Amino acid sequence: MTVQPATANLLAWLVMLPLAAAVLTMLLPLRLRAAASLVLLAPMTLLALMLGAALATHGPFVLALGGWATPLGIALQADGPAVGMTLLTVAISVPCAIHAAAYLRGHAEAEYFWALFWFLWASLNTIWMSTDIFNLYVGIELLGLAAVGLVALRGDAEALAAAMRYLLAALLGSLAYLIGVALLYGGHGSLSLAHLAQTDHAQATTAVALAAMSLGLALKTALFPLHAWLPPAHGGALTPVSALLSALVIKASFFIMLRLWFALAPPGLSTAATLLGLLGAFAVFWGGWKALRQSRLKHLVAYSTVAQIGYLFLFFPLAIGTGEAAARLAWDGTMLMLISHALAKAAMFLAAGNLILAIGSPRIADLAGIGRYRQFSLLSFGIAGVGIMGLPPSGGFGAKWLLMQSALAGGGWLWVAVLIGGGLLSAAYVFKVFRHAFIEGPKRDRFEDPPAALEITALVLALVSLMIGLAAHGPLTWLRLGTPFGVSE
Amino acid sequence: MSRLRLAAAATAALGFALALALAVIERPAAVLNLPALVEAEIAGAGALHPITAVLLDFRSFDTLLEVGVLLLAVIVAYALREAQPDGPDRMGLDTPLLRAVISLLLPLMLLVGAYVLWAGATRPGGAFQAGAILAASGLALRLAGLRVGGLDRAWRVHALLALGLAVFVAAAVLPALAGHAMLDHPATLAKTIVIVVEIALTVSIALGLLALFRLAPPQVDGPVFEDRRSKPRGGA
Amino acid sequence: MSTALFHACIGILLCTMGLFAFIVHRHLLRRLLAFNVMGSGCFLLLVGLAQDGRGPDPVPQALVLTGIVVAVASTALALVIFRRWYRVSGEGQLPEDV
Repeated sequence: MTVQPATANLLAWLVMLPLAAAVLTMLLPLRLRAAASLVLLAPMTLLALMLGAALATHGPFVLALGGWATPLGIALQADGPAVGMTLLTVAISVPCAIHAAAYLRGHAEAEYFWALFWFLWASLNTIWMSTDIFNLYVGIELLGLAAVGLVALRGDAEALAAAMRYLLAALLGSLAYLIGVALLYGGHGSLSLAHLAQTDHAQATTAVALAAMSLGLALKTALFPLHAWLPPAHGGALTPVSALLSALVIKASFFIMLRLWFALAPPGLSTAATLLGLLGAFAVFWGGWKALRQSRLKHLVAYSTVAQIGYLFLFFPLAIGTGEAAARLAWDGTMLMLISHALAKAAMFLAAGNLILAIGSPRIADLAGIGRYRQFSLLSFGIAGVGIMGLPPSGGFGAKWLLMQSALAGGGWLWVAVLIGGGLLSAAYVFKVFRHAFIEGPKRDRFEDPPAALEITALVLALVSLMIGLAAHGPLTWLRLGTPFGVSE
Repeated sequence: MSRLRLAAAATAALGFALALALAVIERPAAVLNLPALVEAEIAGAGALHPITAVLLDFRSFDTLLEVGVLLLAVIVAYALREAQPDGPDRMGLDTPLLRAVISLLLPLMLLVGAYVLWAGATRPGGAFQAGAILAASGLALRLAGLRVGGLDRAWRVHALLALGLAVFVAAAVLPALAGHAMLDHPATLAKTIVIVVEIALTVSIALGLLALFRLAPPQVDGPVFEDRRSKPRGGA
Repeated sequence: MSTALFHACIGILLCTMGLFAFIVHRHLLRRLLAFNVMGSGCFLLLVGLAQDGRGPDPVPQALVLTGIVVAVASTALALVIFRRWYRVSGEGQLPEDV
């Protein structure tokens, strides 16, 4: 589909504007950086909505950057998944930015937070839209360094160790990915995913390349057993940073993996898919069990992310080699899982951060008595918990329902057991927090009062994660645009 | 070093090597001839040298993001300095011999840097190589305890660091404002734009590399134990 | 064996050595060195494999230049974080208990 250059350029504006914002927030006087960032949220939201409208009117389209068509140049594409993720990024980043502006007020970390925040956004949008495997490499490097920088921002020993561990994982993951790029270019002479999708992948070269790239991306997504870097990084970062990392950053590498698996289909794919699914199943149980064993609130939420990543990887065995109906259900379920986890986990991290501010301690045991005095903070945590546990009417419920239907259609009983068992475990760790919160302790009746902006952003995100389950049908039809799963029912 | 770790590393490395060897042996003959395409289109690009044309025209979006990566690394380094202020700067070695050598070499290094930048249009060279040479000359200056005048103000350094990305983004956006695709420069202006972007990049890359060197705190007196909270604690 | 293919084979060797060292060593400087050895191997593989039997190709050479800048920036950032970490902890490696 060809569209006007002005329409196609929307894609590139969504990368250029955050890059310009990064430069601006680096150069502005300190006191203006947060304000300028908050102002720039408006054009970002507008651009993303315009892109959504363009996709709805014109169908999927591409932008040839520099006017050079692929394979010589690099193309950005607007298909259902790309535009959906761009909108999701807006939905998460805007509340997180508002939260951060209040959370960081008067803190030294605020000085460089905003530049890193905008770099993060630029790299996320690049990854959602790019169709060039080397461009995606530069995108994940930019994303990885921005995320590591945000983790390191607190600057104390714990944050530095977490950032270092994260950086090593990110670097190793990118190299594994780059080896895949080398093999694919060496074998097929192209970097464009569209061209690679049309070539013959019978040789072992593509299989090895895809294995190396998947390994690297799984490391960056923190798939069990490559997840050790995640809990200290996500659990130890500043609260709005934890929310951004868990909601969006790990999804980016998973998203690239989806793109690669669609474009390249070497033989023996379904065995590899089963392996990924099994690792996902282990992640669900191991992450859930470790979450239950944590004594610090944000680390509990971080291990919950390890568990929820596992559900995303069930996509591969559910969609590959199981038939068209099962594959479409798996795609819908995975997209809904990705979106609702992003919203619910961002809400949960923000709410957890607010609870920590209220009790002045990161420990779950110190929550005793808060159920009586800070119901509002606890409410956001609870609503987000509904999404994480997958109870109706949340998006998490809808996602698990679709995945379960897909598993039944494809005859994968093992995956049904994983979905049910994982739900029970997540209920156990969410209720662990509530059990402590409702202990009537005689020791304490005074808690800090977090600023209203912190409470409201957490609550809004939590409510959206709840509502998305009720209104999922429209977005899911949309997210199939331009994918092998089509638009028809 | 445990025997288990050694065995795991050996297994992983061996498996990795075998898989790569298999991939190389079995590789198909490439379907697509990209070099021919580069040659066919280079007349319309902003540079005559094919590598520079790929870097700054055909795949300029990669280069734009790459400049972002470098600036990002510098920003994180600055952020960490704010979190953990440094002691006095004692990097310089104040010896007359070093000063004399550097005063002889410095003009030469600057000249080589400028030449490498200029050469990029027609032969191997370009902004990154020139920036690296300029960064090395800046480093030599600092090691001799000399400071570049005018760079003692933080905002000036910040502005020069950001210059490369700012100019590149501006150059990317301009065609879009004129109704073309983003980064699509009209053929008449392409060469000028490439040169302007390259010069701005050279300045930012040189300063960025220098800043990264400077912002890793020197260990003159050994470690400073400010914070012991990181010591291993029981349990996760 | 063509020169380009020879480069690709050396690239694989470097990658393998780098990976082995990255897993075996705990000291952060050694791991960063291992990462850089691996990176160089990867670049050699990229250029060598693409040019084997096909003559010079500016595209992978440009990609490697981009990759080098990214690797330099990542390594420099890792060194900055490492030295900050060393400064507060006095340790050359990360705590193992997480």
